[in-house]
Amino acid sequence: MIPLSYYLVLSAILFSIGTAGVFMRRNLITILLSIEIMLNAVNLSFVAFGRAAGDLDGQIITFFVMTVAAAEAAVGLALVIALFRHKESLNPDAFSTLKW
Amino acid sequence: MLALIPLFPLLGFVVNATMGRRLPKAISGGLASLVMLASFVVSVISVMKLAALAPDARASQAPEVIYTWIASGDLKIDLGFRLDQLSAVMILVVTGIGSLIHIYSTAYMHDEVDSEFARYFSYLNLFAAFMLVLVLGSSFPVLFVGWEGVGLCSYLLIGFWYRKKSANDAGKKAFIVNRIGDYAFLLGMFAIFAQFHTLDFRAVASAVSGLPKETGFGILSVATLLLFIGATGKSAQIPLYTWLPDAMEGPTPVSALIHAATMVTAGVYMIGRNAVLFSHAPATMLTVAIIGALTALMAGTIGLVQNDIKRVLAYSTVSQLGYMFLAMGMGAFGAGIFHLYTHAFFKALLFLGSGAVIHALHGEQDIRNMGGLRKALPTTYWTFLIGAIAIAGIPPLAGFFSKDEILFETWMAGHWILWTIGAITALLTAIYMFRLVFLTFFGERHAAADTHGHAAPGHGHGHEHLHDAPPPMAVALIVLAIGSVVAGWIGVPHALGGHNELHAWLQPAFAAPARAGAEAAEAAGEAEGAEAAATSTELTLIGVSTAIAALGIFIAWRIWVKRRIIADRFAEAYPGLYRLLLNKYFVDELYDAAVVQPIKVASTEGLWRGFDVKLVDGAVNGVAAIVSASASTLRRLQTGSVRTYAGSLFVGVVVILGYYLWR
Repeated sequence: MIPLSYYLVLSAILFSIGTAGVFMRRNLITILLSIEIMLNAVNLSFVAFGRAAGDLDGQIITFFVMTVAAAEAAVGLALVIALFRHKESLNPDAFSTLKW
Repeated sequence: MLALIPLFPLLGFVVNATMGRRLPKAISGGLASLVMLASFVVSVISVMKLAALAPDARASQAPEVIYTWIASGDLKIDLGFRLDQLSAVMILVVTGIGSLIHIYSTAYMHDEVDSEFARYFSYLNLFAAFMLVLVLGSSFPVLFVGWEGVGLCSYLLIGFWYRKKSANDAGKKAFIVNRIGDYAFLLGMFAIFAQFHTLDFRAVASAVSGLPKETGFGILSVATLLLFIGATGKSAQIPLYTWLPDAMEGPTPVSALIHAATMVTAGVYMIGRNAVLFSHAPATMLTVAIIGALTALMAGTIGLVQNDIKRVLAYSTVSQLGYMFLAMGMGAFGAGIFHLYTHAFFKALLFLGSGAVIHALHGEQDIRNMGGLRKALPTTYWTFLIGAIAIAGIPPLAGFFSKDEILFETWMAGHWILWTIGAITALLTAIYMFRLVFLTFFGERHAAADTHGHAAPGHGHGHEHLHDAPPPMAVALIVLAIGSVVAGWIGVPHALGGHNELHAWLQPAFAAPARAGAEAAEAAGEAEGAEAAATSTELTLIGVSTAIAALGIFIAWRIWVKRRIIADRFAEAYPGLYRLLLNKYFVDELYDAAVVQPIKVASTEGLWRGFDVKLVDGAVNGVAAIVSASASTLRRLQTGSVRTYAGSLFVGVVVILGYYLWR
């Protein structure tokens, strides 16, 4: 039986990788992928907690998160395509006109 | 039944105010006159019913309560009307003379457009309704409703020609000056309620009659003095008289009805209504008498030199009101009301006569530009002359009896200084009235009139085409002229073989309710005795006052008919005195410097530029400035870079989580 803390450490590592990706990568699609990694890190901790608690709540919420993540990916990709058509660029720093 | 009396004019007001602009003049003016006549008829019926009662019962009728107006704690005020002998005289004067002036107005105001014409009559009806509430009200608050209402109508009608700045200013002046008096009146009402826990006139009177006369200056003196200050505002006495001469900016029939015959006598009526209360405060009574006498004299002297026909009459009104207050202050309530009643006839007549002259001359009001109108305007001339004789006090016209009674009562009360002032005023009255008659109707028309006098736009008449009063105006003039002759005959003094019916009729209304009968009998008995002893005195005084009036007319005739130059020479000899009188003793200027300017400066510099601009606006603008300044700094945070936002979000989450983990 693998202890709960192992799962949580792995989840924290995955979340940090995702966060680092969001901040460091200069490509919108990569940023989207990084967000997916963050979500999956959270999913992992939910499932792990559920397993440790001995009920199905963690697994159920994970399904919800996955559904939302799928929808988010669809909308996010559509937005990325629209943004690319607008500026011929995927660099997030190119889209900074909405300021003072 | 009594409620109908003010209700009829109110109905006329509602119709004319709501639909008047769409009605032709004949209907709106006719309706307004008709409701007044209806009100007059109801008044006559009511008074006849009252007269049918036994003398003791007349004053003590229960009020006709419409409904309970205010009920709060031990304050209970009914909207109630009560008819007694005093109200009876007042409603007959208001509705009778009011009807005539409504009829007169249909012709006088005929040049106005339909909507203005209807507006005029709606105001006039509203005034009549309020005035009737004032004189019929059974308690102070009901009287006060009428009191304020007539003030409002006065304001509206003075400023009737609202495009004229002077008319607007005069309206405002009248309203504001009256507010000062009204404020004191309210305080007086509070004092009475605090003392007697009732505001009903009869209840107050019976409560007061149990008290001894005040010797010093107690609560009754304070209360009555406050009420009297209210009366000085409404009835144009020193120190609040300055609004009345300016009120002549309104249409002339308004001056006749409101600013001569009815509204301005409200103060006199109010004192008469509270005769018991006032006679328990000798300090106030003396003040009333002195103020009355001084006002009479002062206004009379100013009237001597004014050149506007209506202003002379206005000062004459102030002066005659002073007489009434003199009578009230002497405790001769009957004489004061008698003079109120006769004055209503001849002063309304004089104003309407001056209106006919102004109407004929297309707006000319300066008597220096008149003259020789005797032939052109015969009806106006003869009626005006009757009015002038009546006010001058030549027997047997109305003014003689009432004025003589006041002077007689003053003499009998032992105030020979006040009597002298009254007698001098009588002389002045005769002089300035006949100055008006001679300058207006005698001599030659002055050339000045042609060059600049009546430059009213759109008039194409030369003065060969002067038209005398049209029928509705002539009717009013003639009826009032007859009234001015005969009105005094109901108060012929005993010394001349009369019975002074008015005096006997009014007496119970001035006595405390519980002992009305006994006191009236006592007073009558006393009067009989005193009257007998005083007959020779009275005959002497009658002779003196008649001689004074005749002398006044003679002086006026000498100066302004025989040798007009004398007046100018007098003015040249005493330029200071002449300027003092011409400028009305500089009272307006004094008030302006002492009251108006300080308030203006305090308002402009303190309240406007200080409080409003600096404090109120400063606070509002300051909040806006702070928000704007902080926002212009804070907006730098909105970089537009999604990465920065995500970063700050992340940092925020870390900080908050960190706080909860490591606290």
